[in-house]
Amino acid sequence: MNHDAYPDNYIRGILNSVKSIAMVGASPVNVRPSYFAFKYLAQRGYDMIPVNPGHVGKDLLGKPFVASLRDIGRPVDMIDIFRNSSHIMPVVEEALTLDPLPKVIWMQLGARDDAAAEKAEAAGIKVVMNRCPKIEYGRLSSEISWMGVNSRTLSSKRPPAPTQGMRLSLNRMSVGGGDTAASDRAAKNKSEQS
Amino acid sequence: MSDRLPGFSTLAVHAGAQPDPTTGARATPIYQTTSFVFNDADHAASLFGLQAFGNIYTRIGNPTNAVLEERVAALEGGTAALAVASGHAAQVVVLQQLLQPGDEFIAARKLYGGSINQFTHAFKSFGWNVVWADPDDIASFERAVTPRTKAIFIESIANPAGSITDIEAISTVARKAGVPLIVDNTLASPYLIRPIDHGADIVVHSLTKFLGGHGNSLGGIIVDAGTFDWSTGGKYPMLSEPRPEYHGIRLQETFGNFAFAIACRVLGLRDLGPALSPFNAFMILTGIETLPLRMQKHCDNAKAVAEFLAGHPAVASVSYAGLPSDKYNQLARKYAPKGAGAVFTFSLKGGYDAGVSLVSKLQLFSHLANVGDTRSLVIHPASTTHSQLDDAAKIKSGAGPDVVRLSVGIEDKEDLIADLEQALAG
Repeated sequence: MNHDAYPDNYIRGILNSVKSIAMVGASPVNVRPSYFAFKYLAQRGYDMIPVNPGHVGKDLLGKPFVASLRDIGRPVDMIDIFRNSSHIMPVVEEALTLDPLPKVIWMQLGARDDAAAEKAEAAGIKVVMNRCPKIEYGRLSSEISWMGVNSRTLSSKRPPAPTQGMRLSLNRMSVGGGDTAASDRAAKNKSEQS
Repeated sequence: MSDRLPGFSTLAVHAGAQPDPTTGARATPIYQTTSFVFNDADHAASLFGLQAFGNIYTRIGNPTNAVLEERVAALEGGTAALAVASGHAAQVVVLQQLLQPGDEFIAARKLYGGSINQFTHAFKSFGWNVVWADPDDIASFERAVTPRTKAIFIESIANPAGSITDIEAISTVARKAGVPLIVDNTLASPYLIRPIDHGADIVVHSLTKFLGGHGNSLGGIIVDAGTFDWSTGGKYPMLSEPRPEYHGIRLQETFGNFAFAIACRVLGLRDLGPALSPFNAFMILTGIETLPLRMQKHCDNAKAVAEFLAGHPAVASVSYAGLPSDKYNQLARKYAPKGAGAVFTFSLKGGYDAGVSLVSKLQLFSHLANVGDTRSLVIHPASTTHSQLDDAAKIKSGAGPDVVRLSVGIEDKEDLIADLEQALAG
């Protein structure tokens, strides 16, 4: 997979197929991006599992924290890593010990570890880096358009009026790759420099 | 669902707009409401805390305006946009995110006269100091860079003479200085030039001009290219530092490559207040649907009118980048191959008096202070838009006493030429 620019169909396929998501680094602090994303994905019907050893014994929006991926005790479809790039590899290595393996490993906005991605992909796991699943869900459903964001999708269909907790259709016509050409180039230049 | 790239005209009609979920209305409804009901207290808290997508209050966002924002973001190739009350409002909101009192920004000397005033006087009172550079001398931008420089501002096609700016060369200076390049793309519209493709980090427009296109509604817009990294060096604390207004959120960390557009909305528009009326957003959106058709006709007419003027004995010179003899013709071929725009100047052998006489005799061209209308417009900048500048500054910005500016409309070109011919006959 070219991790500089994801085709929309790749992201769409992931968000349409996974049901359970373990979020590593989920925070109970309600101004942290991980809290936003956890809450949003839970409201859109994903089975969310907060993973953070610092908060075991507490819960996040009614879901109990677990200390590590191994403590989840049931199969998970996707692991969403809310950690800096330098902390990605150990999480991926732990994920590779799970049985069954997760189908997807997702690294948050700002996080990228190409070596870890290669390891996961060698084991047949799909990888997304430097993206936010909340933003991508909002974009492909066009819900994010409320904020003036370019969803880079079109549709002439009448959508249902959105209600709380509803799953939204992500099957709109895409207008090009996973990102705008200019912002993709900028991200690529940045990753090449670092 | 194929991942194919629709053309510009398809985006001009469709981007951002889908049938209304509630009524099925196909045209974008005018959501003429100040406020939006929350589902419950938690929903309200999520919206106020920027945790959920949705509407709160029309000063912060409105569904009609959101369609306009996504439409222009798509046409410019940006990640997001924010619509505001005017082009001037767009400039205030953009610079508020970038400059602290005592900071500097570099601006091209050839700008709309209103922008020159805003930068020189209004922004000075905020402690934002403009440093002028000459867009025909790229090195003058390099020389203007200091440790306090926070941005560079240029026009793609510059008012009033329709000169073409070398966006790529200036974007190289901006990248080297570690500051964003802001391009006012009003006179080109994304149909002619997409500044983001040439290295712009932020694009602003007066929507009042060619995008709206019909001279009936004011509006402005800010487009985020999603290309600039706001986190380096703590230079842009509005984006990189925890915001006390939002309980410590860091906007770049939270919103990634559209954080600048969000900052403009939740720190700029929310607190400064220049919101766009949803009715105006509707009018401008309707205009944008025909942008490609109109813009091509504007350019074709402008070229014909410029060629006529260039051959007229009463005319001393014509500044239109679409003419092969023009000093900006090379840049026009590179940046605006479909046409060099429809705003340009010419000078009369009879000087100031001849300019005043011409304007008074024209029957189809309207004498007013706007550009980018379906109607052809004429103005004498020295006595109007640029009258606050001293004579030397007038000449430097291309608005000398003998100069007349045209904004060529989409009428039949034969009629426009006949009108100019009778007015020049004296």
